[in-house]
Amino acid sequence: MAEAEVNSYVVLGAALFMLLNSAAICVYAERRIASFIQNRIGPNRVGPLGLFQPLADVVKLLLKEDVTPVQGFRTIHTIAPMIPVVTALLTVAVIPFGDGIYVTDINAGVLYLLAAASLGVYGVTLAGWASNSKYSLLGGLRAAAQMVSYELPLGMALASVVIFVGSLSVVDVAVAQENWWFVFLNPLGAVIFIIAAFAESNRTPFDLVEAEQELVGGFHTEYSSMKFGMFFLAEYMHVVINSMLITTFFFGSYHLPFAGYWLPEMSTTAKAILDITVFTGKTAFFIFLFIWVRWTIPRFKFNQVMSLGWSRLLPLSILNFIVIAAILFAINA
Amino acid sequence: MATYAFVLLAVLAVASALAMVLNKNTVNSALFLVLNLMSVAGLYLLLHAQFLAIIQILVYAGAIMVLFLFVIMLLNVDEEESLFDKFRAIYLVAFLLGVVVFGQIVYSLGGVTDLLPEISADMAYVGTVEAVGEVLYTTYLMPFEMTAILLTAAVVGALMIAQYKVKTSDQEE
Amino acid sequence: MIADFGNILLFLIHGALFVALSLFVAKLIRPHRPNAEKLMTYECGEVPIGSARVQFNNRFYIIGLMFLIFEVEILLLFPWVMVFQDIGWFAFWAMFVFVFLIFIGFAYELGKGHLQWDIPRPVVPKYVEGVGVVDDYPAKEPASSEPALDEPALQTGVNR
Repeated sequence: MAEAEVNSYVVLGAALFMLLNSAAICVYAERRIASFIQNRIGPNRVGPLGLFQPLADVVKLLLKEDVTPVQGFRTIHTIAPMIPVVTALLTVAVIPFGDGIYVTDINAGVLYLLAAASLGVYGVTLAGWASNSKYSLLGGLRAAAQMVSYELPLGMALASVVIFVGSLSVVDVAVAQENWWFVFLNPLGAVIFIIAAFAESNRTPFDLVEAEQELVGGFHTEYSSMKFGMFFLAEYMHVVINSMLITTFFFGSYHLPFAGYWLPEMSTTAKAILDITVFTGKTAFFIFLFIWVRWTIPRFKFNQVMSLGWSRLLPLSILNFIVIAAILFAINA
Repeated sequence: MATYAFVLLAVLAVASALAMVLNKNTVNSALFLVLNLMSVAGLYLLLHAQFLAIIQILVYAGAIMVLFLFVIMLLNVDEEESLFDKFRAIYLVAFLLGVVVFGQIVYSLGGVTDLLPEISADMAYVGTVEAVGEVLYTTYLMPFEMTAILLTAAVVGALMIAQYKVKTSDQEE
Repeated sequence: MIADFGNILLFLIHGALFVALSLFVAKLIRPHRPNAEKLMTYECGEVPIGSARVQFNNRFYIIGLMFLIFEVEILLLFPWVMVFQDIGWFAFWAMFVFVFLIFIGFAYELGKGHLQWDIPRPVVPKYVEGVGVVDDYPAKEPASSEPALDEPALQTGVNR
């Protein structure tokens, strides 16, 4: 028992450390891939291949003057940027990175993930409201409405996965995919989940929140210095986390495709290394997908986002859920 | 350990509730209410009621309070109105009633000696999602379906209210 | 089991510490030279007009409300997911009736057009020979005609 405790603390520290670093790597990747797609060079001055660019960004943000509009609400203006970072960090607590490598395995892990996502709404809404700027207010409201709307298809897609597992523990979800990834069993759910995950992390094509042509900076118009840095960090942490969630729930978590059928027995260490490599590789692919989509697809209009979420994805996800339930009943009966 | 957590959460819950009532800014009040709801969720967790705790955070802190924030922002209640500008008899009555209720609570708590009950395996099971599902879809099916009707009625009612529009000055001309 | 939530508490503490620490470090080393222009609310360089505490579209409220209802529905489906294999077809129909009842409210809202955003109809200027540019904008209704009562945008076929 004591050994397991120590183990989970090691994973905890590693997870926290890696998540913060992966956000930095993600920023660098985004800029390099964007410049590749747009036929530019991108950051290449700081360090070899511009690898230390994120570090330079952080130093710059730390040294910038912080400006809070006098008419705004000072306290809430300061608290708001902390919320998305903390909720993003909370999410990673239940994600398994390998066979037996997880921080914590709670009985209601899937619901816990939803709860952490739903609390993230406060950050943007309060930021928009506390700035006392019209752009910020509109950006914050849009963000809240959008995140709230896409949480429903997200929840239904998760429910349609859990139906195969029969347990709300995320670790059980990962274990259940040893033979068949859920993307094969539930492809519609996977599509809905990926779309909703894009919308939840406020990335293009759903980045109405900071549509710069109409809203300047959206909810963070009035933010500068490290407070802006927090929002920036949170955005990339959400990209990383949503990639992890897509991997965990639909793309087999740490399992290779159909691993149960052909993968030979291995020693614990080798298995752990393989698991973590596979998990990281898949997550990296989905991070790449996030970036790829951002620099390829233009932004939707707000009415389109809303009508997609409410009159398409939500009924579709509920229908998907009911059909899957009926099929499972028919098979078991 | 659990006792310390309980004391901490209880103090947090009471303090945030007081702060919510006493704060003059409505948005601050709403945020203190969120804090209060979360500490109550923590108390549920101490009683091994996982489902209830997570529902508390998801529905109350995540959905209802977002709705509250929308309403507060929509209504723009910026001006502070002092409740105690003039004395009214009803305030005295309300105060006395409050004192009576508080006294009752203190009196009923007087006999309690152990802070936290010992939680057996059976009690812990009741709090899990499976246990809730088992009773919800068999024994309490009727109230459960009633909830759906209630929710539908709430939607329709709220939409009727939201739809209502005062005649604009345009039309009065 | 509950001890597992302790790890989550650790995450919460670490996250809050990290955020607070980085904000605090920034506070120590950054310059602080405010002036009136900097502290003004940003409105594209103009002096801001009025407060930003404006009343916004009450559709946001409706979205919040619908979210609440559906969130409750989804959360009540999760216990069902856990137990439906044990209870059988009875549970399936119980769930079906529940979802159907919620859907009535949803259909009502969708039918009334509450979930569709108003889009301003584009005004396309038209050139008429010998007259010049004519606004194609519909002429003012005669005063006698009753102004259409405010049903929220039912005609949102435009611009979709």
